Amino acid sequence: MGAAGSPRPESGIELWAWMFMRVSGVVLLFLALGHLLIMHLINNVDHIDFQFVAQRYATPFWRTYDLVMLWLALIHGTNGVRMVLVDYISPRGWRAASLASLYVVSFILLTLGSLAILTFQPPLMGP
Amino acid sequence: MFKVRYRDYLTYRGGPGHWSWILHRVTGIGVFLFLLIHIVDISLIGWGPNIFNKLLFLYRYPAFRFGEVALVGAVVYHAINGIRICIIDFWPETMAAHRKMSYAVGIAFLVVFIPTAIYMLSFIL
Repeated sequence: MGAAGSPRPESGIELWAWMFMRVSGVVLLFLALGHLLIMHLINNVDHIDFQFVAQRYATPFWRTYDLVMLWLALIHGTNGVRMVLVDYISPRGWRAASLASLYVVSFILLTLGSLAILTFQPPLMGP
Repeated sequence: MFKVRYRDYLTYRGGPGHWSWILHRVTGIGVFLFLLIHIVDISLIGWGPNIFNKLLFLYRYPAFRFGEVALVGAVVYHAINGIRICIIDFWPETMAAHRKMSYAVGIAFLVVFIPTAIYMLSFIL
């Protein structure tokens, strides 16, 4: 192993995970940095409120953007934390318990976030 | 119970590649923890404008605004260092220049982050 990331696994799910980290990372370069630029620099928390989100979510474009970013970022992060837990927690019981907690939390938040993005109904904004 | 102790971090190798690896993990975990909180707060939009706007008010406190600057720094470092990891993994011959690449990541990070941080702090200071 050199100064780069983990050595490329030979095959199987670890190879897919290795490849996913790199591919999702490159996509997130654009999605996450674009998100920060739009929501934290061009606009910022002084301007963001319910009305702002309602306007953004009036068309499918930003919902799709946010949904893709949510899935890629959460799975990328979950897999990253999985590797950290496997690296540092060696007793089998503790490792299994920490991984199970990680997966449960990530699954709940993936569901919650997806529901929030997909089911949000902007209130009717008449003149 | 923990295989790698705090001391091991500071004594092992200690070259620029090692520091990049530590920073990549620390920033990654930090961004992940924020992401978990962020999903919960944004999900409150489903409960209507009153609850949502009341909660976002929290993020306008100065402590949170400094946290926001740190978050942007963590994402920017993780992104730039991630590019370095991909380059070395997909073009292994670039390993010859791995020290230079780690320093380049540090310089690129400072070039992007310092003006961004100054700009963000100008909203609050």
